[in-house]
Amino acid sequence: MTTIVGGIGTSHVPAVGAAIDNGKQDEPYWRPYFDKIQPAREWMAAEQPDVCIIVYNDHASAFSLRLIPTFALGVAAEFQPADEGYGPRQVPAAQGHPELAWHLAESLIGDEFDITIVNEMDVDHGLTVPLSVMYGEPSVWPCRVIPICVNVIQYPPPSGKRCLSLGRAIRRALDSYQGSDADGLRVAVFGTGGMSHQLQGERAGLVNVDFDTAFMDELIAEPDAGCLRPHTEYIREAGSEGIELVMWFVMRGVLDDEVDEVFRMNHVPTSNTSNGLLILQNARAA
Amino acid sequence: MAGARDYDDIPGTYVFDGRRSQQGYHLNMFCMSLNAEANRERFKADEEAYLDGFDLTPQQRLAVIERDWLGLLQCGGNIYYTFKLAAIDGLSMQDVGGAMSGVSGGEFNQMMIDGGRPVDGNRRTGEAPVGQMPEPPSPETPSTAGHSS
Repeated sequence: MTTIVGGIGTSHVPAVGAAIDNGKQDEPYWRPYFDKIQPAREWMAAEQPDVCIIVYNDHASAFSLRLIPTFALGVAAEFQPADEGYGPRQVPAAQGHPELAWHLAESLIGDEFDITIVNEMDVDHGLTVPLSVMYGEPSVWPCRVIPICVNVIQYPPPSGKRCLSLGRAIRRALDSYQGSDADGLRVAVFGTGGMSHQLQGERAGLVNVDFDTAFMDELIAEPDAGCLRPHTEYIREAGSEGIELVMWFVMRGVLDDEVDEVFRMNHVPTSNTSNGLLILQNARAA
Repeated sequence: MAGARDYDDIPGTYVFDGRRSQQGYHLNMFCMSLNAEANRERFKADEEAYLDGFDLTPQQRLAVIERDWLGLLQCGGNIYYTFKLAAIDGLSMQDVGGAMSGVSGGEFNQMMIDGGRPVDGNRRTGEAPVGQMPEPPSPETPSTAGHSS
């Protein structure tokens, strides 16, 4: 059976990727952020997950208005960095885990989550920046990656409740995995996006750290209540792009009802965003 | 336009719902085409000729040519799509955020460093933004101040 090493909630700000790619971490703007996330990187290095399931959203890269799957699962052996309009990031391709990904597809659909199955999909900053956040700049990513892409660009995104339920269905799939490497396979799950931010309109630049703190508290302690937050409340309180936070509920659903908070960080700003990073683990028996 | 939405009273926010998606489909798919390096080069070489390949309204076409970042949203653009156009010009998200909210990119960046745009005063249309005090009462307005004495 697989081992769930933990859940990671993280923003996926493109400027963080650019800062890493262009060696700007020591600049005064960036140093405080990178100092704050260092304990999370140390946790990741110690835990060494074999597979990271990364729940993220595509930003008009692999998908467009032509085709808008609400939930899509990448089953390929490899995912290349996408050209989002200014050239692809110079980071390693993500190596997939087709055997586990296909098991997820079969289990999820059997569990009434009719997820879209994707064989060819470039991955944009939504997936690659979280890897950079947790791993820095390795020549190859030290884990296999299963992308789960959620539409949060075309309104309406799925509800927080649906995302939490998807996470729980993923957990059932992980618990029933009997693939060739299943014994002791270490799996981490990322919920990415957020925190409060608004990129568009006259209200661009909106940040609400009180919301971000309350969101994390509720995600940890009362996910079944927190997942009921209406979309309009996210937009009003956390900005039009803050609604990405529904994806953190997928991560939460993979974990046990009781979790321990291992690490929490919130930093304002990175680019136009309140940047959050949270690590949760299933609660240890007292 | 069918049906008001409960987010329509959020100021300065263009929720990319089905209404806007219908309006902006071709505009956004033009932006999407800029994901390909060859298309970026063709666009930079002759913007007007490149735009002839897309079924844009005159208003959308003008907003592209003039880099009217707020206007692009108002005619159906989505920020993740229109930002591809901004990237061609070498603009940052702070530059575009500033242009949409009426300040320079530098001023916008400083606002972010100072903690971002506050939510208080920006939740609903008609709220007084923080830092902008309500009109002082006119001399004729009865004051409650005397009641405390």
